[in-house]
Amino acid sequence: MSLTSFMSRKELIGFLLLAAVIFLVLPAALDSFRLNLFGKYLTYAFVAVGLALCWGAGGILSLGQGVFFGLGGYCMAMFLKLEASTPENTSIQSTPGIPDFMDWNQLTELPSWWQPFYSLPFALLAVVVVPVIFAFIIGFAMFTRRVGGVYFAIITQAFAAILTILIIGQQGYTGGVNGITDLRTLLGWDIRTDEAKTTLYFVNGVLLFAVLLVAQYVRKSKLGRLLIAMRDQEDRVRFSGYNVANFKIFIFCLGAAFAGIGGAMFTLQVGFMSPTLVGIVPSIEMVIFCAVGGRLSILGAVYGALLVNWAKTTFSEAFPELWLLGLGGLFIAVVMFFPNGLAGVWSEKIEPRLLGLIKKSKDSDAATPAGAPAE
Amino acid sequence: MFADYSWPELGAIFAMQGFAGLILFSVFVLMALGLAIIFGQMGVINMAHGEFMILGAYVTYLVSNLFADYMPALFSGYFFLAMFLAFIASGALGLLVEWGLIRHLYKRPLDTLLATWGLSLILQQVYRSVFGAREVGVSIPDWMMGSLPLTDLIEIPINGIFVMILAVGISLAVYIMMFRSNWGKQVRAINQNRVMAGAVGINTEWTDRLTFGIGCGVAGVAGSAFTMIGSTGPTAGQLYIVDTFLVVVFGGAASLLGTIASAFSISQAQSIMEFFLSGSMAKVLTLLVVVGILMVRPQGLFALKLRK
Amino acid sequence: MSDRYILSVEDLTVSFDGFKAVNDLSFYVEPNECRVIIGPNGAGKTTVLDLICGRTKATGGSVKFKGKELLAMREDQIVHAGVGRKFQTPSVYEDLTVFENLELSYPKGHGVFGALMFQRDDPVKTRIQEIAETIFLDDQLDEKAAFLSHGQKQWLEIGMLLIQDPELLMLDEPVAGMSVAERKKTAELLNRIIQDRSVIVIEHDMGFVADIATRVTVLHQGQTLSEGSMERVQNDPKVIEVYLGH
Repeated sequence: MSLTSFMSRKELIGFLLLAAVIFLVLPAALDSFRLNLFGKYLTYAFVAVGLALCWGAGGILSLGQGVFFGLGGYCMAMFLKLEASTPENTSIQSTPGIPDFMDWNQLTELPSWWQPFYSLPFALLAVVVVPVIFAFIIGFAMFTRRVGGVYFAIITQAFAAILTILIIGQQGYTGGVNGITDLRTLLGWDIRTDEAKTTLYFVNGVLLFAVLLVAQYVRKSKLGRLLIAMRDQEDRVRFSGYNVANFKIFIFCLGAAFAGIGGAMFTLQVGFMSPTLVGIVPSIEMVIFCAVGGRLSILGAVYGALLVNWAKTTFSEAFPELWLLGLGGLFIAVVMFFPNGLAGVWSEKIEPRLLGLIKKSKDSDAATPAGAPAE
Repeated sequence: MFADYSWPELGAIFAMQGFAGLILFSVFVLMALGLAIIFGQMGVINMAHGEFMILGAYVTYLVSNLFADYMPALFSGYFFLAMFLAFIASGALGLLVEWGLIRHLYKRPLDTLLATWGLSLILQQVYRSVFGAREVGVSIPDWMMGSLPLTDLIEIPINGIFVMILAVGISLAVYIMMFRSNWGKQVRAINQNRVMAGAVGINTEWTDRLTFGIGCGVAGVAGSAFTMIGSTGPTAGQLYIVDTFLVVVFGGAASLLGTIASAFSISQAQSIMEFFLSGSMAKVLTLLVVVGILMVRPQGLFALKLRK
Repeated sequence: MSDRYILSVEDLTVSFDGFKAVNDLSFYVEPNECRVIIGPNGAGKTTVLDLICGRTKATGGSVKFKGKELLAMREDQIVHAGVGRKFQTPSVYEDLTVFENLELSYPKGHGVFGALMFQRDDPVKTRIQEIAETIFLDDQLDEKAAFLSHGQKQWLEIGMLLIQDPELLMLDEPVAGMSVAERKKTAELLNRIIQDRSVIVIEHDMGFVADIATRVTVLHQGQTLSEGSMERVQNDPKVIEVYLGH
């Protein structure tokens, strides 16, 4: 793939602008508490970018992205929790050396499936691989049987419900409804300090850009065009010799991998992981981040995640009772009036005017009449 | 695990769990009927279905308070009026929502799903503002309290029986509407061939609206019935939505009988497992089995094989 | 015996809830033959094509293509075996350009990773240009397919099949809904592309059928009513009765 077919000049400008926002504007404008908050918002952007590929390009709406976000986050949290639960730190427990919630639930030894999470490489691998395996199983079962559309959405939503109930029910193994909390250090490096949080914000930003570049590559490859083709004419794609299910499984797994990375970064920056980030409600909210940004645009998805979460924090601090009304209204408005989200508003309304303005100022020598309608 | 119990005790346990399962079954049927009409016949995903039920529950709560305050003499019969008003209130809201929202989105099922989710959030907040965040319960008339002793070991609660009778009655009513009335015939005709149905003079727009309204009204009645066995809170509707959809999809979306059969199997499985496992594990296992079966047989239990 | 025929359909049956849309149907297609299937509405013509290309699963019987059983294969495997299918209503990717439509049909990079690594190199471009000229769309390569006329969409879909270079081409009413001028041009196009390959066509336009058919199969209620040359079929009393009896 040549450079120009990978990214047009316009797209390059978009990427650079977003990089400026994330790496320059936000760190300069915000104190470390607020910056950490935006870091948290950006972890949702990983999910939203995955959804832009799955749902926007491929037409596959998953209402279970919280599952993958949560799995990634829990894998990270398990490693951090084990590191925090040294025998010295937990000497007051009846069984020192195991996570506190296990001790509270009368567990006397670490379950065997926790053991591998003593290893950081294993945990980091699991952050991506565990969500992908889950996505593969779900995707394989559903897509090879040609289940799609609303059925797929409902089944993935059921998975979000199932995993939440499971985590809450098995509190001895998972930390239950409180989740895995009180995470302290990563290989001895304290992740709770302001400096650490700022560093993690930048790590998060870099990872997000890595994910965006992968997404851009996929979008611009033949596979990206195939996704659009499948969304519109699935049968034709099949009768052009493609095994449609494989492509859907791939893109669903890719979205799950992105979500897993986002979840792990959430755990690192916020310092806990809990079932409130896994269930039906967070999963469907992740869809609205993508929809607000513009379901077809991967950059839009990032802005959508930032804006909706910023609005949520601001409004639910100031007018808690208005926030749900606002969010509900947002769901309806975006579907009814702005199906292409912010990206659509930008490319249909703002950009043409901007281009018109630029053109006008260039043409001003030729004395173009002012107020000529922009194309 | 059976060794600790004597045979009569085991029998009683199964009977009582089975009966608890029957109440759960009635609850599932009531929840799913409205959705089976809306999703099964129209293909519309209404994520706010739970909130329509809650509206019915709140209407019942209001009516019970009114009777308690102003007509204590008639209190024992308030429920029947409440149920009727719940149908009207949820149905009317349904008509309004179809007109304002759903009809613009018939060709975009996934977007309908998101929009109705937004609607559910709005309704939740409205309930919270009007009725408060705390759960409210209604006072049950005296004749519905207590239980019937069947044997020394087996007792069945009267309100449970009442909910079961309601479930049977409402199922029959829906069946008659769908398969015996003119409206039902029109709905099924539209479901099969919208253009042709329009061409033979069926007012498809109005039939759609009415169908959606009736589905929501049935949800309201279900909510009303739930006040007899539990309390109502602004977010209670959300708890039902996954179960309800699974019941409908599992049964095969277009089949009323399938909905009832799937409600029966899911509720029985869950309540019997609940005795041996913790409640949450029973739920997890039931949902996993249902989802697993749906993965193997996505068309659900009852579905027709049609020519594409 | 099996060498003589490129496609052998034997005892093919499909039933939808008891209704047999195709019932014990057998017919054989020779290499380079152009077989036209005609028959009244509901005779099962489109269903036969659906069964051959795997879109509908058969209840019984066998479909052998060059000795390979197609009924056990997935749609994409059937395509790779060399069977191409055009649908009745033009199905092209409206959101993609004509070039991209053709590119997706180019027989390379059909796996997930193949598609990720696919390069738009010179042989690809040359071939797409070539096909575009054949289907009269070389001036519209960068246009979105949504903006093409109905006839142009039909041509584009034919082009998408041509680029696959199938040994057996199945066309479902290729000239339906076309203007007279488009129809003439399409007939010309079809006459050119049915050389060197076997073709099964469903068509109602009798003039067009007479023009291209090697042999004609008349379907009625899921079974063969008559088979042979156009002349023979037209004079078959059973055919006359079915067509005029209604």
